[in-house]
Amino acid sequence: MTYQLTHLDALESEAIHIIREVVAEFERPGLLFSGGKDSAVLLHLATKACWPQAVPFPVLHVDTGHNFPEVLAFRDRRVAELRVRLLVASVQEAIDRGEVVEDRSPGGTRNRLQTHSLLKAIEEHRFDAVFGGGRRDEEKARAKERVFSFRDEFGQWDPRGQRPELWSLYNGRHHPGEHFRVFPLSNWTELDVWQYIEREGLDLPSIYYAHRRPVFRRDGLLLAVGPHSQPREDLVDEEPFTATVRYRTVGDATCTAAVESPASTPAEVIAETAVARVSERGATRADDRFSEAAMEDRKREGYF
Amino acid sequence: MELLRLATAGSVDDGKSTLIGRLLYDSKQVYEDQLESVERTSMARGDAYVDLALLTDGLRAEREQGITIDVAYRYFATPRRKFIVADTPGHTQHTRNMVTGCSTADLVVVLVDARNGITEQTRRHAFIASLLRIPHLVICVNKMDLVAYSQRRFDEIRDEFQEFATRLEVADMAFVPISALNGDNVVDRSAEMGWYRGTSLLHHLEDVHIASDRNLIDLRFPVQRVVRPRSEAHHDFRGYAGQVAGGVLEVGDEVLVLPSGFTTTVSSIETADGPLSEAFPPMSVVVRLADELDVSRGDMICHPRNQPTIGQDVSAMVCWMAETPLVVGAKLAVKHTTHWARGLVRDIHYRLDVNTLHRDPTVEELRLNDIGRIDLRTTSPLFYDEYRRNRVTGSFVLVDEATDATVAAGMILHPAP
Repeated sequence: MTYQLTHLDALESEAIHIIREVVAEFERPGLLFSGGKDSAVLLHLATKACWPQAVPFPVLHVDTGHNFPEVLAFRDRRVAELRVRLLVASVQEAIDRGEVVEDRSPGGTRNRLQTHSLLKAIEEHRFDAVFGGGRRDEEKARAKERVFSFRDEFGQWDPRGQRPELWSLYNGRHHPGEHFRVFPLSNWTELDVWQYIEREGLDLPSIYYAHRRPVFRRDGLLLAVGPHSQPREDLVDEEPFTATVRYRTVGDATCTAAVESPASTPAEVIAETAVARVSERGATRADDRFSEAAMEDRKREGYF
Repeated sequence: MELLRLATAGSVDDGKSTLIGRLLYDSKQVYEDQLESVERTSMARGDAYVDLALLTDGLRAEREQGITIDVAYRYFATPRRKFIVADTPGHTQHTRNMVTGCSTADLVVVLVDARNGITEQTRRHAFIASLLRIPHLVICVNKMDLVAYSQRRFDEIRDEFQEFATRLEVADMAFVPISALNGDNVVDRSAEMGWYRGTSLLHHLEDVHIASDRNLIDLRFPVQRVVRPRSEAHHDFRGYAGQVAGGVLEVGDEVLVLPSGFTTTVSSIETADGPLSEAFPPMSVVVRLADELDVSRGDMICHPRNQPTIGQDVSAMVCWMAETPLVVGAKLAVKHTTHWARGLVRDIHYRLDVNTLHRDPTVEELRLNDIGRIDLRTTSPLFYDEYRRNRVTGSFVLVDEATDATVAAGMILHPAP
């Protein structure tokens, strides 16, 4: 016996410890569940952390209204299997009520509008801790974020005023109206997530694996032809074609792109991820391309 | 594959971010779109070469000012190990960031500019690493290209550091001559330094023996939460969830629960994936005991013949992290393992000059980034070990009760009178 954990066991144990700290110290936790792979891993870890109890807190989906049907089906299937309560914060309803204004210009997305619905749901359900599947390897601003990330009464993140976080002693103390975003997957990479999905035999939305679908190219990204993204007929460049693709991330369907890939199992995705030359967000997210600090700016406002 | 957590210390001028950029780039962890973005920013600033430091400096203010403000975490892997890098800024005012980055590290890489040799900053970084009980220290003598790859210069620096290090407690120390800019001895052995018989930095990181670093002798299991499902399937289930903080816990072990002092035996060790025969750090498990005892969060399970120290008065080294100074008489919240208490600062013995290691007993307060020795009384007993014996049960944080900010990191030395 060597008494040494593998990297996946060490990451799993760390995540379980973090989730249990929240369950022990907070009154009203919630878990952000989009149906994407990171939130699927997060929810799986929550079931392990709470075992043999059922997950005692609700999951929250911030719904832009621009969904991949496979992802919604997966979301509902998982929620039913685990018997957790699903709350949906609808961006469409916020638009209909006139709380936010949609950017209707070409290339406009509902990405930034999610912040409003998320913060409103946190207020309405009086969440004091919200688990997110964010990882530090995703993006430069996230690389500086704490595991227990403090949000003031406006939901804002202050990157320069963060609490020091030492050892595994997490400080979740707060005043009423303030809350925490908690990131148990902070130290995981895209590759770790896929290795874990394979090891645990986790179910995912089918669009994470290779399938044929009509797509078109916009700004170097491969977008699906569908109700939420249409090629512009006046542009020759956006001529649609059918390709074998998969998704590396799933978000708002208008700004989440596919990658050409024949990988149809977790093992094949791992093999591709290990040699990928473009980052997960760079390959698939139009929303991160606004500027060098796009993520930092959105996070300051209260984004995921 | 094993996980190695390392911290890096040094300033922008020492080429620390460049070194990390180089490790990520040469081990092919930097993606093309990330590199393009770095190239764009470098060009816009008018840099003469692509500044790999921009791979790690993520916040807007950092990119504009060319400095690192906060601890940034970066990740890379080789076929042998996965690495988590806590990249900490070097300037004096960021001692607290270095303490933070070092708190979870197995190994620290300290950068030295070959032209400047050992500086005050090098000594400070090495001292903080030893204070935080990081078992492995690697001194990277960088910018060897600027001293003509001179063996004599490297030997001078090594000897001077070893002389200083006799005053520190570091279990394992290594020296590597590198050029982060050109990649010499970072991933591959350098062709320019045939006189260097050691391995490249990356090879050292892959090879260093970390399996014996944890305490596998003294069983410590801080109870995180009591699990009572009250469901049909688990009607009589009662277990204690937590992460093993030291030693090895086995089914059938006779154990003692603090603070009650009752003894019982371990009837099972459970996880969502099934029962285990034993558990060791840092495994998260659920422990079930043969007898129904009154156990709650913050309690400690240990072996009857090997108990932690129990007490309300501890002497500790603290790093003060707040703008408002710490004074004798201050009342603060204390988080130690899974236990919260209130603490009263009874005495400040001295402030330690982290550059000279000189103790100043005349101080009446500890200011931002100061390190000093205090006596602390807590409202309820702590179940602790000396930090040098166990980094989990020997550490605590202090929290301001009004602002809720984390204001100090503490390392327990021994009981206070």
